[in-house]
Amino acid sequence: MDFQLTDDQRALRQGVRDLLAGRFDRDALRAAVDVPGHLDRELWRALGEAGFFALRLPEADGGVGLGLPEAVLVFEEAGRVLLPGPLVATHLAAGTVPGAATGETVVTDADGELLPWLDASDVVLADASGAAPLRSVDPLTPLHRLPGPYAPRTPEAVLLTAAEQLGSAGRTCEMAVQHAREREQFGQPIGAFQAVKHLCAQMLVRTELARAAVYAAAVTGDPVETAAAELLADEAAVRNARDCVQVHGGMGFTWEADVHLHLKRAWVRAGAGRTARETEEVLAAAL
Amino acid sequence: MDLTYTDEEEEFRAKLREWLASVLPGLPPKPSPDDWPGRRAYDLGWQRRLYDAGYAGLHWPADAGGRGATPTQHLIFLEETEKAGAPYVGANFVGLLHAGPTIAAEGTAEQRARWLPPVLRGDEVWCQGFSEPDAGSDLASLRTRAVRDGDHYVVSGSKIWTSHAEVADWCELLVRTDPAAPKHRGITWLAMPMDAPGITVRPLRTLAGSAEFAEMFLDDVRIPVANRVGEENDGWRVTMVTLSFERGTAFVGEVVACRRVLGELAAQARKNGRWDDAVLRRRLGRLNAEFRALWRLTQWNVSESQRAGGVPGIGGSVFKLRYSHARQELFDAAAEVLGAGGALDADHDWTLDRLSSLSYTIAAGTSQIQHNIVAERILGLPKGGK
Ligand SMILES: Cc1cc2nc3c(=O)[nH]c(=O)nc-3n(C[C@H](O)[C@H](O)[C@H](O)COP(=O)(O)OP(=O)(O)OC[C@H]3O[C@@H](n4cnc5c(N)ncnc54)[C@H](O)[C@@H]3O)c2cc1C
Repeated sequence: MDFQLTDDQRALRQGVRDLLAGRFDRDALRAAVDVPGHLDRELWRALGEAGFFALRLPEADGGVGLGLPEAVLVFEEAGRVLLPGPLVATHLAAGTVPGAATGETVVTDADGELLPWLDASDVVLADASGAAPLRSVDPLTPLHRLPGPYAPRTPEAVLLTAAEQLGSAGRTCEMAVQHAREREQFGQPIGAFQAVKHLCAQMLVRTELARAAVYAAAVTGDPVETAAAELLADEAAVRNARDCVQVHGGMGFTWEADVHLHLKRAWVRAGAGRTARETEEVLAAAL
Repeated sequence: MDLTYTDEEEEFRAKLREWLASVLPGLPPKPSPDDWPGRRAYDLGWQRRLYDAGYAGLHWPADAGGRGATPTQHLIFLEETEKAGAPYVGANFVGLLHAGPTIAAEGTAEQRARWLPPVLRGDEVWCQGFSEPDAGSDLASLRTRAVRDGDHYVVSGSKIWTSHAEVADWCELLVRTDPAAPKHRGITWLAMPMDAPGITVRPLRTLAGSAEFAEMFLDDVRIPVANRVGEENDGWRVTMVTLSFERGTAFVGEVVACRRVLGELAAQARKNGRWDDAVLRRRLGRLNAEFRALWRLTQWNVSESQRAGGVPGIGGSVFKLRYSHARQELFDAAAEVLGAGGALDADHDWTLDRLSSLSYTIAAGTSQIQHNIVAERILGLPKGGK
C-alpha cells in the first residue's frame, strides 16, 4: 500500500498547475466573467495539446494512456482555477467524438436537467430539443434547462466533477487563510481570532476528508466509494466557499472578489448531479 | 496512489490471521467492566500472548525490543486484531504508546533495560500523570513541584484524570523543577513507582458510571534522580518526542469497529422497521460516506508516514477532529435505531459507547485545541488572540 501521489503524479499535477497559471491567470478569469458565454477556443486547443482531454486514451490512439487517478488530479487543478467550459463532457467524449481529444471540437452533454455551454459547443450529445435558456447564476457557466426525463451522470462524470469540487474547496480554504493573515482589525490579523481560525481549520478538515474519498474512488472505481466522494466533495466545495465569503467580510460580498465564483460554480456542479438525498440513499443501500 | 498491499504485507496479514484464529478461542472470559484488577490481569495476559508470538511492540524500534514494523504492517495488525475481535490494548495503553516510546527514544541504556521489557512482556502497567486540576489544555502551566534532595526528587502536588492509576505499577509524571523559568522550560519527566509512600489515589467516576480514571495526591513522594528521563527542565521536549511515535495508526482499530457497528445498525434498523424512516436511513448513508473516507484518510496518513520513514505527517489533528465528531454522530444514530427502550438502557453496549464517545472531543487535546493546532501549525495562522 502506498496511498500517496507517485513522483509522476506529482509532476503531472505541477505541470497542469503551471500550464493553467500561464494560460488562465486571474486576469483571464475576470475577462471570462466579463464576457459570459464566450469560450476561449485557443485555450481549449492548448488544453487539448497538453493532453487534458486525451489523458486516458491509449497511447496507440494518440492519447496519454493514463488512468482515472491522474484524470482526477488534472480536474482538481481545473477546479482550483475555475477553468470554464464543458470540460468533463469533452474529456469523456475524447475516444468517440472526432476532434474532442485534441481540443478542436468542444463537446457538451446534458448534466441532469441542465445543458451547459450549448451555444459555444460544436457537438451536443444530449437531445437539445426543447432546451430553454436560463440566466445562469454562475457567470462562468451558461445553462439551458432541459425537459425531462434526465439521464443520471455516469460514474466517471460523477468522479471528475467531484475532483473539480475538491480543487475548489482547497482553493477557497487557501484564499480564506491568506486573507486572514493579511487583514487586520483590533490591531491584529483577523486570523489570530479563534472564531476565524476555527472556520479555516474546518475548511481544511473538509478538504482533506474529501481528498481521501475522491482519490480512493479514483483508484478503486467502486460505485459506493464514488458516491461517498461525491457527497463529501460537494459539501466541502459549497461550505468552504460560504465560509470563505464570511472570512472576507464585506469584501466577500462583492462581485470583485473571486469567492462568489467558487460558490456559484460549486452550486452548479452539485445541483446538476444527484441530490445529496439520493446519494445518501445509495450509501445507505450499500450498508 | 496504490491501495493494494504487497505480497510481503499480505503474508504478514495471513500469518497474523492464522495466529489470531488459533489463540482467541483459548482466552479467558472477559472480566466485568468494574473489575479493575481482573481487567489488568486480562489485558496483561493478552500482551503476554502477543509477546510470546512475536507481536509485542510491533511499531517499536528493533533496538528497543520491538519489531520495527512499518506503519503499514502496524495498520494491518490493528485492522486484523479488531476484525478478529481480539482484546484492546486496554491497561497497556500508556506503556506501549506513551511512556515506553518516550523511554525508548530518550532513556539511558539502563533505563531502557529496566522499563521496556516488562511493558512488552505484559508484566507492568503504566499510567500518565500529566493533567492537573489547573493544567489541562494549558498543560505546560502544571504546578506539581519536585525539589532536589540529594539523589532524590521530593514531589508534591496533585494530578487528575489519570487513567488506570489504580492498577498501574508506574506513572510517567511531569513535574515542575524550575518555577522561575518560562513555563515550558521548567518541566521534568520522571518515572514514579506507584507503590511509593505519599501517593494517594482516589478513583473518579466517569459519566458512564465506571471508575476508569482517578485523582492522585502526591505528598512528599521521594523519586530517585535515576528515574529521570532526559535532562532536568527538559521534560517538555522529552514528552513531545513521544508524539512522534504516532504514525497515523492511533485510531485504526476504532475506525474498523465503527464501520462494523454501522453495518449492525443498518441490519437492526431493517429488522425493527426503523429503516422505513428516510431521515434515519439517509443519516446512516452519510455516516457510511464519513467512515469510508476516514478509513481512506487513515491509509493516506499511514502511507505518508511510511514514506517519511515512520515520521508522522501533520494529518493526525485533521483526522482526530473529524473522527471524534463522526463517532459521536454514529452512536447518536445508534440511539435512534434502538428506540427509547434500548437507547435509555444503561446496560446496552451502544448506550455505553454513546456515553463514552463524549470523551473523544476532550481527551488527548480537545477539539478546540485541535482546531488551534490545525490553524496555527498547518495553515500558518498567527498564534494568540482571543
Ligand atoms: C476519558 C479521559 C481520560 C483521560 N486520561 C488522562 C490521563 O491518563 N492522563 C492525563 O494526564 N490526562 C488525562 N485526561 C485529561 C485530558 O488530557 C484533559 O481533560 C484535556 O487535556 C482537557 O483539559 P481540561 O479537562 O482541564 O479542560 P480545560 O483545558 O479546562 O478545557 C475546558 C474547555 O475550555 C476549552 N479551552 C481551553 N483552552 C482553550 C483555548 N486555548 N482555546 C479554546 N478553547 C479552550 C476546551 O476546549 C474545553 O472545551 C483524560 C481525559 C479524559 C476525558
